[in-house]
Amino acid sequence: MNIIVCVKQVPNTNDVRINHDTGTLIRDGVDSIINPDDLNALEEALQIKDSRDDVKVTVLSMGPPQAKNALMESLAMGADKAILVSDRAFAGSDTWATATVLASAIKKIGDYDIIFCGRQAIDGDTAQVGPEIAEFLDLPQITYVMDLEIQKDKVVATRSFESGTMVIESRMPVLLSAIKELNHPRFMDIRRIYEAHENEEMFEMWSAKDIEVDLTQIGVKNSPTKVYKTFVPTREFSGKKLTGTPKELANKCFNEILHLNIV
Amino acid sequence: MSNAKVNQIKDLSEYKGVCIVAQHQDSKNLPISFELIHEGMKLAKKREARLTVLILGYKIDDAVNEIAHYGADEVIYFENELLKDYSTDLYTKTVSDYLKKNKFEIVIFGASSIGRDFAPRVAARIGTGLVADCTKLDIHEEDGRFLQTRPAFGGNLMATIVCPNDRPQMATVRPGVMETATRLEEKSVVTLIKPDIALGDIIAKTLEIIYDKSKHVSLADADIIVSGGRGMKNKEGFELLEELAEVIGGTVGASRVAVDEGWIDHSRQVGQTGQTVRPIVYIACGISGAIQHMVGISDSDFIIAINKNPTAPIMERANLAVEGDLFKVIPELIKEIKEHKGMA
Amino acid sequence: MNFDLTNEQIMVTKAARRFAEEVCEPIAAEIDKEHRFPRETFELLSKYGFVGTGFPKEYGGTGNDKIAQLIVVEEIAKACMATSSILSIHQGMVNCLLKFGNEKQRDEYIRPLLCDGVVGAFALTEDNAGSDASNIHTTAVLEGDDYIINGTKRFITGAGQAGLYIVLAYTEPKLKTRGITAFIVDPKTEGFSVGKIEDKMGICASHTGELVFEDVRVPKENMLGKYNQGFKVALASIDDARVLTVGAQCLGVAESALDLAVEYAKSRVQFGKPVVLKQGIQWYIAEMATKIEATKWMTYYAAQMIQDGKRVTKQCAMVKLYASETAREVVERALQIHGGYGYMKDYAIERMYRDIKIAELYEGTNEIQKLVISREVIGKV
Repeated sequence: MNIIVCVKQVPNTNDVRINHDTGTLIRDGVDSIINPDDLNALEEALQIKDSRDDVKVTVLSMGPPQAKNALMESLAMGADKAILVSDRAFAGSDTWATATVLASAIKKIGDYDIIFCGRQAIDGDTAQVGPEIAEFLDLPQITYVMDLEIQKDKVVATRSFESGTMVIESRMPVLLSAIKELNHPRFMDIRRIYEAHENEEMFEMWSAKDIEVDLTQIGVKNSPTKVYKTFVPTREFSGKKLTGTPKELANKCFNEILHLNIV
Repeated sequence: MSNAKVNQIKDLSEYKGVCIVAQHQDSKNLPISFELIHEGMKLAKKREARLTVLILGYKIDDAVNEIAHYGADEVIYFENELLKDYSTDLYTKTVSDYLKKNKFEIVIFGASSIGRDFAPRVAARIGTGLVADCTKLDIHEEDGRFLQTRPAFGGNLMATIVCPNDRPQMATVRPGVMETATRLEEKSVVTLIKPDIALGDIIAKTLEIIYDKSKHVSLADADIIVSGGRGMKNKEGFELLEELAEVIGGTVGASRVAVDEGWIDHSRQVGQTGQTVRPIVYIACGISGAIQHMVGISDSDFIIAINKNPTAPIMERANLAVEGDLFKVIPELIKEIKEHKGMA
Repeated sequence: MNFDLTNEQIMVTKAARRFAEEVCEPIAAEIDKEHRFPRETFELLSKYGFVGTGFPKEYGGTGNDKIAQLIVVEEIAKACMATSSILSIHQGMVNCLLKFGNEKQRDEYIRPLLCDGVVGAFALTEDNAGSDASNIHTTAVLEGDDYIINGTKRFITGAGQAGLYIVLAYTEPKLKTRGITAFIVDPKTEGFSVGKIEDKMGICASHTGELVFEDVRVPKENMLGKYNQGFKVALASIDDARVLTVGAQCLGVAESALDLAVEYAKSRVQFGKPVVLKQGIQWYIAEMATKIEATKWMTYYAAQMIQDGKRVTKQCAMVKLYASETAREVVERALQIHGGYGYMKDYAIERMYRDIKIAELYEGTNEIQKLVISREVIGKV
């Protein structure tokens, strides 16, 4: 059984701070980590590997050369092989372009029974790449997977939604996207850290030339969605004090809450 | 591999009109549908175009007729027994087929877990850009482009996105943020369509749907926390907080005092000897603000304190200090929120 | 002079830090209070290869990387000194087996100790034999093909938890330190029992106790190293232990104490301002940070020398002396910065204060370290 896990190296957005003067992110001193949902996808793939004899787990990522770190960590956790697709031509890709590249890379890898993604990345927060890859490869998909069972020739997944869960089954090959509730990712095995560095065959880097990708559909220029502007959400310390009747207080308080864009 | 490509359209002006994809459950329209209609109408007005509502299902005439009272120019009801429950394959096919034949300028979905499941597939199938989880939508004053604003980097940054070369411009909209449409006397035209779908189109098959009312978010992940301290006085006080939490879409937390007094379970404790939280908003009710508690909430984006005592330490550290009797203010606040959400 | 960590070492740091935060930190206070040996933690440390860090691949280790070994102990110590003691003292015993075990012994014992969660312990100290190791009274008398061991050991880390012990006993008391032999003892052997587990001031989760040997019969094959070579066996692994146990954990504890103090000082508002703005506090913090920096490089340097197989007795004693004193001073100052709150068990610094004192006492008291250092410096007189 072949499982391909798509991972993304992201800045730890919990540690990201904003430069209020320029309205941009301060990335200095912010750790790069494997996107948390992707870790759940990888963990599930590794659990499937633990439970059977015939499973190969390949980790795939599109990113700059530094994204190799995320892939080495995936190998240390137990993946068999890691592939980084990296090329200047991919820079600035939106989800369409990213999914295009990853789908082409997956086609090059060849055999697969399951493509496992994390639901969404903590920097982009779109949750679109997984389903778009599925569409490009003409695969069925099950997203928001919180429980998974592999049967002889199909998967049965429990999918989370706002009001509860759905049980969905699908033949393979299939694309799945994992959420936090699926499992608890394991630690790296220290011995595998050394193995991953010593065994050169475990990690490969591909460029645009190595995958047959339509260059007119990738990169910042060809991405259908483009950033018009960015700005910092205004949540400065206002230190406001309110007095008044309960009704007045509730009304003023409510208006403040509205501005936070969460209600 | 899908044949769709982007950057192919020669004449963008062929694409006109705003379309929203409604959602329902248990034969009732979900609030997001009305939020989408409100936004859709605003956008359609600015583009001087029509608003169309798509709704998919089976034997949901009541919901269809109801949604037709909210001001759309047309409601398209795709009816088929196979559409009774959500299916990625069928919903994607139905909506994609329709959008391929009907050239809309803008199409918006709800960013519910279902919307976020099939909107990207529709976008990938028809070959256009999609912007996820928007909290603000607008039309550019000068060039008429669809401006889609959404949070990125875990909410640390807001980005306004455009889709200049492809149509329709598609977005999913975060539920619970936009205003909701008003019900009108007039009824829109309802068109019934029998979509070209068959059992064989379903590859990922839903076997069972299990509804679970008691789902709640863990404190560590919560975006909104409503928390109580000594000022809650007893267990019943926390019931009031539960109500506020439910209506605002948040989770209940507590200070150590409240847990020690047995008013709420230890799993809800926030602070030095409880959990550290990092919500967007932390509403501290009847909490004095001892350092052990403040340490657990210092990463909150916005702290609101409701307290009778203006000199309580937390009143100095809160972004918004509400000086009042929480037992009077909170019921009023609950009322305000319910009204806003059209939940009266 | 390359001071950079290798890629592998950077990843080891990340892995160890995550382990410390997710496994050790949440239960640190609890296991201290309950005096509970964290067996599950030790098993996870074995499973994920932390125990084997720095040990040969053929026995299930990672390969020789003493810096990585140090890093693991340092990171664990930041969360829980007791767990770091359990880990590193166990590793010290394995190191001993590695250095002096014959092929058969290494093949049989080392893998389970590195990979399978078997705890190892080293038994030298007795009631009357601390700094003066030659004053032990445990004896090993040859009887046919076995040695019969009689005596009592005291203050042994891992007592009752270990699945294997290295025991030092007199085979020829008249020869003093040249008449001691080391033996590998299976705790299941008849006559062996665990006595009192000490009620300590700190690192309570690490069990320190008494071992009682009543005619314990140990086959000749279990002799570790050569006959009467026992003292050499004990001394040979002590250098490494001073750096990779004490140095590493003191560094971790001190770093953690400083972090806690700075965090507290930033959030504690008195007289309208956070106390971190007071120059007095800032000076304390500067002094603490500088001492930690010195400790760090001293310790890492010694570890590199051990890795390179150099003779490092002086350096190791210096590291042990300096790191333990520094850590105790830093922890004390950190608690002071916490004010009254630092005295409360709600705050981790309280436990660190109790934990850190042992560092100046075990693995050779600091007075012994000074003896070792002065001998190396002064030379023969």
